[in-house]
Amino acid sequence: MRRNGPLALVFHAVFVTVMVAPILVVCLVAFTPEGYLSLPTNGFSLRWFRTIANYPEFIHAFWISLGLGALSSFVALLFAVPAALAIARYRFRGRDALAALFLSPLMIPHVVLGIAFLRFFTSFGLGGSFAALIIAHVVIVFPFALRLTLAAAIGMDLSVEMAAVSLGAGGWTLFRRVTLPLILPGVISGWALAFIQSFDDLTMTVFLAAPGTETLPVRMFLYIQDNIDPLVTSVSACVIAITMTALILLDRFYGLDRVLAGKGDPGR
Amino acid sequence: MAHLELDRVAKQFGAQTVVDDFSLAVGKGEFISFLGPSGCGKTTTLQMIAGFLDPTRGAIRLEGKDLTAIHPARRGLGIVFQSYALFPHMTAAENVAFGLEMRSVPRSERAERVRAALAMVGLAGYEQRHPRRMSGGQQQRVALARALVIKPSVLLLDEPLSNLDAKLREEMQIELRQIQRTIGTTTILVTHDQNEAMSLSDRIVVMSQGRIEQIGTPQDTYERPASAFVSQFLGKTNDFAATIDRTAMPARLVAGSWSAPAPAGLSGPVTVSIRPERIGFGDAGLGAKIVTRIFQGNHWLFQCASECGPAIVIRQNDGQAQPAEGEGVRLAWRAEDMSVRGGAAS
Amino acid sequence: MSSVAEERSIRAPWALTAPALMLFVGVLLIPLAMTVMLSFHDWGQYKGIEPVFILKNWQEIATDPYYAEMFWRTFRIAILTTLLTALLGAPEAYILNRMSGRWKSFFLLVILGPLLISVVARTLGWALLFGGNNGLANKLLMSLGVIRSPIPFMFTETGMVVALAHVMMPFMVLSVWAALQRLDPQIENAAMSLGAGPVTIIRRIIMPQIMPGVLSGAIIVFSLSASAFATPAIIGGRRLKVAATLAYDEFLNTLNWPLGAAVATLLLAALVLIVVGSNAMIERRYAEVFR
Ligand SMILES: Nc1ncnc2c1ncn2[C@@H]1O[C@H](COP(=O)(O)OP(=O)(O)OP(=O)(O)O)[C@@H](O)[C@H]1O
Ligand SMILES: [Mg+2]
Repeated sequence: MRRNGPLALVFHAVFVTVMVAPILVVCLVAFTPEGYLSLPTNGFSLRWFRTIANYPEFIHAFWISLGLGALSSFVALLFAVPAALAIARYRFRGRDALAALFLSPLMIPHVVLGIAFLRFFTSFGLGGSFAALIIAHVVIVFPFALRLTLAAAIGMDLSVEMAAVSLGAGGWTLFRRVTLPLILPGVISGWALAFIQSFDDLTMTVFLAAPGTETLPVRMFLYIQDNIDPLVTSVSACVIAITMTALILLDRFYGLDRVLAGKGDPGR
Repeated sequence: MAHLELDRVAKQFGAQTVVDDFSLAVGKGEFISFLGPSGCGKTTTLQMIAGFLDPTRGAIRLEGKDLTAIHPARRGLGIVFQSYALFPHMTAAENVAFGLEMRSVPRSERAERVRAALAMVGLAGYEQRHPRRMSGGQQQRVALARALVIKPSVLLLDEPLSNLDAKLREEMQIELRQIQRTIGTTTILVTHDQNEAMSLSDRIVVMSQGRIEQIGTPQDTYERPASAFVSQFLGKTNDFAATIDRTAMPARLVAGSWSAPAPAGLSGPVTVSIRPERIGFGDAGLGAKIVTRIFQGNHWLFQCASECGPAIVIRQNDGQAQPAEGEGVRLAWRAEDMSVRGGAAS
Repeated sequence: MSSVAEERSIRAPWALTAPALMLFVGVLLIPLAMTVMLSFHDWGQYKGIEPVFILKNWQEIATDPYYAEMFWRTFRIAILTTLLTALLGAPEAYILNRMSGRWKSFFLLVILGPLLISVVARTLGWALLFGGNNGLANKLLMSLGVIRSPIPFMFTETGMVVALAHVMMPFMVLSVWAALQRLDPQIENAAMSLGAGPVTIIRRIIMPQIMPGVLSGAIIVFSLSASAFATPAIIGGRRLKVAATLAYDEFLNTLNWPLGAAVATLLLAALVLIVVGSNAMIERRYAEVFR
């Protein structure tokens, strides 16, 4: 009875096509053998992927993005895991306000964050530095790290920890041997989602990056502003491939629906 | 002619047969229960009657007319879902009025019938409440009123009481029975609670793995179970392995040191089924030793080790002294209280 | 309860959250406050930023119709994008929800996955398809004789709305999807058994129940669209500015930071007001559907 009618299926087909087409086009054009933007009608070629090698600024930007994403997500977790445990375990005054504050980077437009960080870091002489990028990214990926860790901490069976305490575990041992292993899936997923957010961020980073600390999205954006050629499609295809890999890992580890459920908030 | 008739109905999901060879004739005004363990196909059968699933084979007829050709929206059946499926954005009154609206009942008549239906289920005064602000029992009543207000030809209830606590469930059972008696709607109730089926229905359909095991009155199915499954499923029972001794004249049915005249038409190993409350302690009979003795208020429960394996005995607490744990006893029962089936006890 | 344990349970949460709290105060609240202050500073081509308290920037924004027009455009684009995503995303979520298990999770992945793919890459796709004479879709349609001249897409508001709707669509589908998950799976059967047809079921039973989902999706899409940067910058370029791209230009091209900060502050304030206001409204309106 609960079947979709033919009209619904046509709508669905058109919808999915329109959703996928722009992404698919980028990936296809990346394989063109021609020197201009075109679909690879006569044979696939890796020509434009090889061309990336002639543009060290793209390679450099890629490493910056990778390092920035990995490091800022990790640092964010160092702050987020204790905070998540506190919010999950204790009922204390100011708990709700604190949670709202920690999730607030989702609500603030990233342009505003970019401007605020630019103003802040230049007044300390840190403008355009990698350190500034790390700190800024820690703040914007923090909510994602916190969310998934919090979900894991709330879902954790407290009696397991009590059992460990009754057996004599305490403090750091308790955390390292019992608590952390139990919330680890949430922590790893939090890291992965945070990494993707950092890796993809353009709006905030475009304000902070200087030549030498440009991330890949920033580099691509600046390049597109001047001209659009097959080179940026091959770079984009690489970015898409990396995100997809992280996505699939995330799906395996945690279930993508659960991860994305936490994304239904103002962000970016 | 039967009011509602299912004729060799079967349902397959892919290769899996979930309901098979299901035939049943329901009389007008009858209260029927589908009883069986989880996953035996009760809901599936009910949904086929409701029209939410199409039978793979067989026919379903209402007043002799083929139901399967009629769209569920026009079958005119009243359904109470296990989850109630109340419309959360509508008040109790709006929920009940919905079916009448769909039937274009004039506004004034609609209001009157909604009021009467809610009053009948004891919810007068709750018209403007939203379902989320009502207790489980109240929601259940709204669902019942919503199904009944359209004057359905058949009322289908899918485990309507399973979400209620024990006490409320009992109250609702009595109420449900009374309402059904007053308005006389043909009713089919799905349940896996044997007490519920027993206390409510005119007839019980015991199901197992998609097949009908037995159809009969509550008393019939309890006292003369047609299969080992039925006797096990309906309350506690003792199954003793016995043999028919044809050398004796006349032939005798023997289980350990207990024996009785053999029923006709059986031979070899058989199974004797006897309800625990029908067993008494006597001077002769099956030898047994009391392992545990549990006091349960109005009765005593004895777990015994008998010559034919474990046995359960229930005795009314009538103030008499009862055998103690470890004491040797003899178990005896009347021949008309047992049922004997061919084949060894499983 | 022993006093030791009690004392612990008062101190422990603060000890655990202290590092994060300090991080947020130090590098989020202070920078934001500095930005608001910056919007009251003076700026000149040669003198740079002067840390004085004046209302010059705010006056300029209030009086120069250029800013009014730009903000109006920003919100117009955001509203149209929101409408488009709601009109298409809600039915799609409903259709998706009715699919059988395997297809459902596959298409959910296809539609929601792009959420995590770089906005630059996604917007680039639209530029490739409709970018003037060289746009692949334009070329195809022209060679088929469907259109004679390329569809105007780049540097148009229509183009921005379409590309933004594409970027934001997953948020709407996700939000409506979440609302659909809260529906009783038997609710449609219940309505049907009472005599309701498919149109009535959608209009009277489904729509009212997923409306909170549509509205909260709309708030997300609206606030993200109004502050979007990448898509308007790539599709709209220098010609069609919105609040975010204007602030970017003031900061990195004109170098008039105080004015850019004023634009950003205004954008933030407007969004906070709209989001908080409409959230409160929705919660009041749909009190009985929530909870
Ligand atoms: N749509 C379906 N597709 C495949 N198998 C199904 C479907 N619906 C039900 N089944 C299977 O059919 C069998 C019977 O299901 P049904 O819901 O009728 O059981 P039930 O007797 O109502 O059980 P319960 O008491 O748990 O409600 C189960 O094994 C179930 O897994
Ligand atoms: Mg069932």
